[in-house]
Amino acid sequence: MEVRKPHIKSIPYEEWNDNASLEKIIDELHEGGVNVVTGSLDQLINWGRSNSLWSLTFATSCCGIEFMACGCARYDFARFGFEVTRNSPRQADLIMCAGTITHKMAPALKRLYDEMAEPKYVIAVGGCAISGGPFKSSYHVVQGIEEIVPVDVFIPGCPPRPEAIMYGMMQLQRKVKIEKFFGGANHKQTAEEAALGVSNEELTFRSKHNDHRREPIVVTSVPEEFANELKENKEEKA
Amino acid sequence: MKLEFLSFEFDKFAKEMQNLKDKKGFDYLVTIVGEDFGAEEGLGCVYILENTKNHERCSVKMLAKVVDGESVIPTVSNIWRVADLLEREVFDFYGILFLGHPDMRRLFLRNDFKGHPFRKDWKGDNKYSLEEDVEPDFGMEYYLDKDGSLKSKQNPLFTSDDYVINIGPQHPATHGVLRLQTVLDGETVKRVYPHLGYIHRAIEKMWENMTYPQTLALTDRLNYLGAMQHRHALVGVIEEGMGIELTDRIKYIRTIMDELQRLDSHLLYTSCVAQDLGALTGMLYGMRDREHVLNVMEETTGGRLIQNYYRIGGLQDDIDPNFVKNCKDLVKYLRPMIQEYMDVFGDNVITHNRLEQCGPMSLEDCINYAVTGPAGRASGWKNDVRKNHPYDMYDKVEWEQCTLTGCDSMDRYLVHINEMYQSLNIIEQLIDNIPEGDFYVKQKPIIKVPEGQWYYSVEGVAGEFGVYLDSRGDKSPYRMKMRPMGLSLVGAFDPMLRGQKIADLIATCAAIDVVIPDIDR
Repeated sequence: MEVRKPHIKSIPYEEWNDNASLEKIIDELHEGGVNVVTGSLDQLINWGRSNSLWSLTFATSCCGIEFMACGCARYDFARFGFEVTRNSPRQADLIMCAGTITHKMAPALKRLYDEMAEPKYVIAVGGCAISGGPFKSSYHVVQGIEEIVPVDVFIPGCPPRPEAIMYGMMQLQRKVKIEKFFGGANHKQTAEEAALGVSNEELTFRSKHNDHRREPIVVTSVPEEFANELKENKEEKA
Repeated sequence: MKLEFLSFEFDKFAKEMQNLKDKKGFDYLVTIVGEDFGAEEGLGCVYILENTKNHERCSVKMLAKVVDGESVIPTVSNIWRVADLLEREVFDFYGILFLGHPDMRRLFLRNDFKGHPFRKDWKGDNKYSLEEDVEPDFGMEYYLDKDGSLKSKQNPLFTSDDYVINIGPQHPATHGVLRLQTVLDGETVKRVYPHLGYIHRAIEKMWENMTYPQTLALTDRLNYLGAMQHRHALVGVIEEGMGIELTDRIKYIRTIMDELQRLDSHLLYTSCVAQDLGALTGMLYGMRDREHVLNVMEETTGGRLIQNYYRIGGLQDDIDPNFVKNCKDLVKYLRPMIQEYMDVFGDNVITHNRLEQCGPMSLEDCINYAVTGPAGRASGWKNDVRKNHPYDMYDKVEWEQCTLTGCDSMDRYLVHINEMYQSLNIIEQLIDNIPEGDFYVKQKPIIKVPEGQWYYSVEGVAGEFGVYLDSRGDKSPYRMKMRPMGLSLVGAFDPMLRGQKIADLIATCAAIDVVIPDIDR
């Protein structure tokens, strides 16, 4: 079995000091009949993650039927590992937003997105989810779900064919594959970026969405009553 | 049908409507159309009624009376129970208060929505909020006191110790974004309040600013499984208004396409019933064969799910050279397959135990709640529009109207199965005899419909689907309103499910075939 050269973008192979000793250990293990593969853990995890993307069944209209067709015998997206759909946002990796989002539905979509665990993705399927589509001039339709949640992949069509939906899912796979699951940098951060002390993913998210919700919560002061109570407790104990 | 309106005085309205039902036998309220008739007449309603014995139809126009600054009309919800939701819809869109209606809440829009959008003078700002909607836990009832001034009282929806759960809007078994607020006593359902509007796209309002050919595109996106029939009703009403005579070829092709669409929808229906009850195999079988139906339609229309095939005066294009052969192959292939669904799922003892006596509704209630389509036919109501008000080729081919008498979910499933055979029969009789001729009767570049009101209905996949058109002679409609198939079905959930178990709600919901974008429009 061949040893795979560890490929880590941020740290070139040559920059490792003790490659020789590592490779020696592996050789010894191989001689002893132990199967060892070296690589980055991120690669392994992302391989697994990208091939088991579980989507939340969130179909509001026509596109949902095409999504169902994707799951059935002819198109069968189980080939790519997408066949598990979840009805609970807690168990889902992505929202497949298939259909129009109206003003009355918008809070529900937002809430479902907030309920999902990180890392999470959104795919906007069809014209309605992208921009309001044929219902753009309606008084009760959201002009694209990007107003509410950040979207990773757009799949145009009215409705998109199952082939298109699967192509869109595969684009999301590509996106998942270059992620750093344990944080860290996909590119070397500049001095300014490094000073912020957050991951690359976070940086791109902030620049894209300018979203204050993801700022860390820093507690600067304590309510007076609470402080007094603490003090009293201490005194009592003393 | 060109509408000739009856009209009654305000004070005698409730009594005259009762007379229409009791003495003249108009026991089926097809729909209530709210309308802003303009500055002179103000707001009002159009009621379309049918006598279920001789299938005669009539329509009543009632203008609202302004009392204390509010437009009011006496309710008919105590005469025809289906009017419950229909009147709430009119209140939501036009702000007409129905005197004596026990539950005047908004039906489609949020409670904090400003104004009533279908009034001609309404202007919106297209803003929305991401805050949860605050819902009242009471319904308003309005009435006139002895002096003739408007009074109101609150009717509570729940008692303080009721256990209320929400099923939906995001729930896998509601087939979309329907929300059923269910009052429970242990496992037993005490009351079901449907909340609609999560996919309300205001198609009817958009139509008022569109030219007639533009209006067509939106109907396919209502019940996407009945795209052909919906468009059929819309082009039908416009063609009737303009007095267009279609060639036989158009009629033949439209009938065949409608039936192919019905097969498509019923196949998905049988799949979904199986899936909702946890029989995933049953679903995969149905979906497999549905692809064959889609293939046949796609080769002619170019669309997979949404075809955009009919247009005013005919069809977008002639049929594909292979269409006849493909159809014949399909019929040959599909006939034995339907038995397969029965073998896998329909005749299964678990299915029978699960669906029999589930969500029962008697014939009288079905008519009263206007439960049309296969759901009504499962209670023995002969309500098929194709038989009662034949259009296109339906009176020239031999086929049977499928009715059963079980009144429950099992028979609703079986009616769908039987109807698939009938659809195949209809296609078989027509496919060899498609006459030569034009597939399109040439129209003027700008289509205008003369003044008048029309109502045209077809048998949709889950009930009667109709379109009401009020034209003032312009190139866009003054008011166009659909009779959705699902709205009355949703209104019937409450009487069907009272006293049943909560799990039966899912089974009933699956077996009654609702598609939410069709209800909300």
